[in-house]
Amino acid sequence: MIRLFSLAALLLLWQTGAYLSDPRRLPGPSAVFDKIYEEAVSGALFSNLAITLARVVAAFALAMSFGAAIGYLMGRDKLADRLLDPWLVVLLNLPALVVIVLAYVWAGLTEVAAIGAVALNKLPNAIVVVREGARALDQHLEDMAQVFRFSPAARLKHLVLPQLAPYLAAATRSGLSLVWKIVLVVELLGRSNGVGFEINMAFQLFDMKLLLAYALPFVALMLGVETFLVQPLERHVSRWRRGVSRRLDRV
Amino acid sequence: MNDTSRAGGAASLDVSIASKEYHSASGRPLRALEGLRLTLPAGQAGAVVGPSGCGKTTLLRLIAGLDKDYAGTIALPEHGRLGMVFQEPRLLPWRSVVDNIRIAAPHARDADIAALLDELGLAEHAAHFPSELSLGLARRVALARALAVKPDLLLLDEPLVSLDAALAKELRQMIARLIDERRITTLIVTHDLREAIALGDRLFLLSAQPGHVIATLDVPTPRQRLTSEAAKRLEAQARDALAAARESPQRESKSDP
Repeated sequence: MIRLFSLAALLLLWQTGAYLSDPRRLPGPSAVFDKIYEEAVSGALFSNLAITLARVVAAFALAMSFGAAIGYLMGRDKLADRLLDPWLVVLLNLPALVVIVLAYVWAGLTEVAAIGAVALNKLPNAIVVVREGARALDQHLEDMAQVFRFSPAARLKHLVLPQLAPYLAAATRSGLSLVWKIVLVVELLGRSNGVGFEINMAFQLFDMKLLLAYALPFVALMLGVETFLVQPLERHVSRWRRGVSRRLDRV
Repeated sequence: MNDTSRAGGAASLDVSIASKEYHSASGRPLRALEGLRLTLPAGQAGAVVGPSGCGKTTLLRLIAGLDKDYAGTIALPEHGRLGMVFQEPRLLPWRSVVDNIRIAAPHARDADIAALLDELGLAEHAAHFPSELSLGLARRVALARALAVKPDLLLLDEPLVSLDAALAKELRQMIARLIDERRITTLIVTHDLREAIALGDRLFLLSAQPGHVIATLDVPTPRQRLTSEAAKRLEAQARDALAAARESPQRESKSDP
């Protein structure tokens, strides 16, 4: 309820701002919604959203799977940590734009270069978070698993992943927002479709309605992913913690 | 330089540790165990008793194969399947009681697990998460897990510590009944001599650090029929042996009642 009210206040602020300024600089909500409708009817909105979303998913999946594997290795193995840490620091501090431009120069203006560049930007962040998780793994449980001779699969499923889950969730949350922002830059610089490309067009034409008509639906889409996918998943994997609070309530 | 063999022809636990050293934070080596020898016949319960800090838990970790950095040999009973109850229950907090058991013992039949839970009074807690259990209950779950794997050797590390007297007694009787019924070769580590006498067929008295076996005492009567007088006699005997070792720290003397 409070969230709805806050959202309504934002809309009102936007409407007031639009009323006071030049509609070409800041079009009002109704003009933007008209434009969204127009783009939706033509089908362009959905195809561009779908293309961008596909890039987000591909880059995110790539970065998370490699990031989790490398982060786990660095968290568990001191030699690997010392060996790879300088690389990690370099990658962490390399500006996204530099990675994107290098990828386009070296691999051409291709889909592989685009997705690879985005994944490479997210990768160090995933590594750092998962490494912290791997360092915090409980040695007592590790010993227990060794005595009871857990199979590698059982160890991963019942011992490692549940302990890494909060870290993976944190990496997912920060990762999704980071990845979709960088995907737009990649599209703006070297792709001929997607939300980023449309925003570039809007910029060239100084069409603020078009810009907002693409930006807002995508924000809404990512909000939907967070609310209906990430949060329920997080609640599911941490359901055992609720027992703790229940117990504390009783005491 | 150690050897943990799993196919010791005689189905018993045979431990012979020349030395086990730790490196303290300052880098100075610290000798935890030295010249420790103990033998436990198959199907018997042995109790390792000693002052705290004498290396009991270290010994258990070596036998469990969690620490391979020692000089000596350890021969486990045939097949060498281990069941262990750690001092803290060490259950997976994100899995239910029954799943904790199932994960550790993937080959156990559901009916067997259910029977085990029933026997340990855990049936109504099967679906609970460990955080919903008291320490006493969690210990019992850990015990059920160790038994579910049908171990060739059961290791118990201070199984009754930090339980109140009534709960400790209840769990002690439960453990005594279970190891009697199943004739599992069991090694119990404890600081409490009475607990050791109540549970063990054979007592191994450990010295202060570096730990070695000062004396091995056999408990002549089955634990369920042990009278309090007999227990007191054993206790006195064990205390004498411990006191004698403190006065003249000479190596190992085997005394039988």
